[in-house]
Amino acid sequence: MDIVGKRVRVKAKGRIFEGIVMPSFTDCLVLKLDNGYNVGFKDYEILEVVEEKTISFPTPKLERREGLPSVKIISTGGTIASKVDYRTGAVTSQFTAEEIAGDVPELLDICNVDAMLLYNILSENMKPQNWIELAREVYSSIKKGYDGIIITHGTDTMHYTASALAFMLSTPVPVVLVGAQRSSDRPSSDAAMNLFCAAKTAISDLGEVVVVMHATTSDDYCYIHRGVKVRKCHTSRRDAFKSINFPPLGKVDYPSGEIAWFVEERFRRNERELELRDRLYDKVVLIKFFPGLKPDVLEYYYDKGYRGFVLEGTGLGHVATDWIDTIRRISEDSLVVMTSQCLWGRICDRVYDTGRYLLKAGVIEGEDMLPEVALVKVMWLLGNYDLEEAKKLVKVNLVGEITPTTKYE
Amino acid sequence: MIDYDAVGLKVGIEIHQQLDTKHKLFCNCPTVQRDVEESNFKFFRYLRLKRSEIGEEDRAAKEEVMRSRRFIYKAYDTTCLVEADEEPPRELNMEALKIAVQIAKMLNMEFVDEVHVMRKIVIDGSNTTGFQRTALIAFDGYIDVDGQRIGIATLCLEEEACRKIEDRGDVVVYSLDRLGIPLVEIGTYPDITTPEMAKKVAKKLGMILRSTGKVKRGLGTIRQDVNISIRDGARIEIKGVQDLDILDKIVEYEVIRQLNLLKIRDELRERKAEVVNEIFDVTDVFANTKSKVIAKAIKSGGRVKAILLRRFAGIVGREIQPGRRLGTEFADIAKTFGLGGIFHTDELPKYGISEEEVAKLKEKVGAGDEDAVVIAAGDDIRVERALRRIIERAEYCLIGVPEETRKANEDGTTSYLRPLPGAARMYPETDVPPVRITKELLDVEIPELIEDRAKRYVEKYGLSYDLAYEIADSEYYELFEEFAEKIAPTIVARVLHIIPAELRKEGYDVSVLEERHFRTALKLIADGKMAKEGAEEVLKVFCQNPNASVDEVLKTLSKAGDLDEFIAKIVEEKVDLIRERGEHAFKPLMGLVMKEFRGKVDGKVVAEKLMKAIKMKIAELS
Ligand SMILES: [Zn+2]
Repeated sequence: MDIVGKRVRVKAKGRIFEGIVMPSFTDCLVLKLDNGYNVGFKDYEILEVVEEKTISFPTPKLERREGLPSVKIISTGGTIASKVDYRTGAVTSQFTAEEIAGDVPELLDICNVDAMLLYNILSENMKPQNWIELAREVYSSIKKGYDGIIITHGTDTMHYTASALAFMLSTPVPVVLVGAQRSSDRPSSDAAMNLFCAAKTAISDLGEVVVVMHATTSDDYCYIHRGVKVRKCHTSRRDAFKSINFPPLGKVDYPSGEIAWFVEERFRRNERELELRDRLYDKVVLIKFFPGLKPDVLEYYYDKGYRGFVLEGTGLGHVATDWIDTIRRISEDSLVVMTSQCLWGRICDRVYDTGRYLLKAGVIEGEDMLPEVALVKVMWLLGNYDLEEAKKLVKVNLVGEITPTTKYE
Repeated sequence: MIDYDAVGLKVGIEIHQQLDTKHKLFCNCPTVQRDVEESNFKFFRYLRLKRSEIGEEDRAAKEEVMRSRRFIYKAYDTTCLVEADEEPPRELNMEALKIAVQIAKMLNMEFVDEVHVMRKIVIDGSNTTGFQRTALIAFDGYIDVDGQRIGIATLCLEEEACRKIEDRGDVVVYSLDRLGIPLVEIGTYPDITTPEMAKKVAKKLGMILRSTGKVKRGLGTIRQDVNISIRDGARIEIKGVQDLDILDKIVEYEVIRQLNLLKIRDELRERKAEVVNEIFDVTDVFANTKSKVIAKAIKSGGRVKAILLRRFAGIVGREIQPGRRLGTEFADIAKTFGLGGIFHTDELPKYGISEEEVAKLKEKVGAGDEDAVVIAAGDDIRVERALRRIIERAEYCLIGVPEETRKANEDGTTSYLRPLPGAARMYPETDVPPVRITKELLDVEIPELIEDRAKRYVEKYGLSYDLAYEIADSEYYELFEEFAEKIAPTIVARVLHIIPAELRKEGYDVSVLEERHFRTALKLIADGKMAKEGAEEVLKVFCQNPNASVDEVLKTLSKAGDLDEFIAKIVEEKVDLIRERGEHAFKPLMGLVMKEFRGKVDGKVVAEKLMKAIKMKIAELS
């Protein structure tokens, strides 16, 4: 009989304990005592399993209010959606609009919320196929008339998903990705503030895919990052997301919710027609070069049928000269794009000999694109265009992923 | 005199003692106190509780949320991202666990097999995370105090909270230096039945903790919480008793408070009193008020609001603890909502509020002579929320004593802090793996108790018990034992304990004295380089210059010796002058002495010694 979650009376250490059995990952019985503490016992005897009625607290039904914009929240799982039941220790994620409204009641003052749980997966388990399904869901939601879309997402790969949506989806409304660096079951979680700022962004006059997350370690404001210009740059801090090679589009003040825009060249609401091009070519690889790495790695993927290669080179965009022959060979029927592991700055392969040889061998400069963005872009280009067209378009700015000039930020 | 047996007094004590570990409980930062001025970074946060998790009506937590304050945290170069809640915790500090195990063994406790770290929700901002990490290590022990066995319920290892720097009502400033210092929380069963016993139990526990030599000492490193209840009363938790000497008084005053509240209850019931469940806006009554507090509140856009307590007249102003009235309890509640306090009609007209205003106020809310009115002024929402709570509190006057967490004041009275928290706000800390209590961990040595050591000193060295206890309880007891073998133990005790106490009284900063200073003094005596009387002078020198070398100390000593001789000679030679001018002889004599010693001995020292000699001479002459 599975006794996890049940109340039991136990004999251990010569005494009687009563408590609820918690999930255990060792050989100990873990008991939640009535004083709230969990304790583990190695030798024990269960005297009795006490039947207990489970009490559930009904959440109040949400009422739609006239005159407020409507926002759809699509959950893909991750820290922001997870929840621990302190009585049983179980992690749950139902993600209903009622639940969200209960946790972040301020949302109800600014919009009518509908919620759906599309996935409940960790962000490292996201696959390109998930991006496609997500893009379709967003597309059909916008078609239904939502004024803005919020996607809750694990933070680890959020910037990949943001890029994928940005390329696949021409959107007339804001599509906002949001996450949390501290799980939402703790009082200090950044989830509520991020979600509130995301909602403010979702009803703004924007018309593109963005990431909204804490701008600083304080609960003062969130940045609105362009989805193809942002990257997670810290393992744990709230302000882990940074716009790179381009300023954030704006900021949302908390708790006032006021938005200040920093960038004029942004897509506005209804500026673009709703359109979905949801094919992705998945034989694309991102390779980080390091001193001594042999070009065999290219051969390996090429032989496996890969035809998209994004290189994360050194400095201005270099790999060792002993790669040049291999690159020349594979680039005949592949797209080879150079990005930089410096992240900040632009690729320029015309400064040093190595670079010039690489260009001659068929490498295309990825301009100031982030490596992950270039990866997703190549997937999308090869999925929707022939190779020659893709080679041309990879250097062209499509949705803000390439800026014409690099400025001081 | 209260008959504590008759009122059914039950007291339990909870001791929080910081451990003197190298690192904090969940990160590798040092466990050092910092000056707030040294802070190199600050940030701020809000905390919130999800509605779905307050399901079990946890009032304590809910009230904190309603206050929605902003918490500012001061960080240092000795704190890291873990304290800032920007990085997951490291594994449980094993040094701290070992000390906890040792203490639990000294308290005759039984251990869990696997330690699980929990998150105890605390959203007053004192933890950046909104919870305190805590783990139950051991249970069911006992200590014997005066022949009575007092049960020890639990021993938990937890992280210390932030230090509160400033409370501006809606903004609270905390310092991160203290956050994460390991501490043990030891809770007794409610086996204590008198105030005196409460004090004795607390002292005994403190003594046991210090006997390990691994706990922090000094102000704020140990705190007592006291749980008190009487028959028909309620369980009250009193937080943060720092001074053990008033622990008995705190218990006594709490019993008095509860007895008075019960008397008030009976009287209110007899009067058929009731609380009107309505909040009245009375701002216009005070449009031209001379009350500075109210005028200021109105001027900054706030409101004045009132509640009506029918047939409460005279009772709001009634004393329930020395210097504290029922109205003070209401004021405490208002303060927790960021207001300055309240006014009530039992104390009015006063504080700039005129008789006319009181009359208008009563008329406005419809109060008669037997009713009481409570008013509060300030930010509209705060006033509203605070009065809502005060209505609830006033209603409880008819029921009895509400369960509360209270704060200990310096005079032994207590103030309202928050409702007693429910027991259910604990989550597993999933970021910290459980720790097995192994045989090796349990194999710790039990140190000699300070009181046993004191007894040994009495027997072996012939010290009085009090002095022996002081030495045994000091951080220098090992130094004492070392030198007690070489020179008379009473001299060693004098150097280590009595002289520093005297110097402190004279205004010397003895806090700079370290083991090496005492060792130098004792060694000089042991080596025969100095008479035992010289120790005082040596320690004085070290107080003024902690880095003085032994040679420097010896030089001062010899000079001081010469100086004493010289002063004695001068005083004898000029005895007529002293007879004639009394203390006014000081100035000319000082000149004479300084002519000899200028640049060799500090002028202040000379003046001090000379004045003393002159006074003695005067006394001798008269
Ligand atoms: Zn730290």
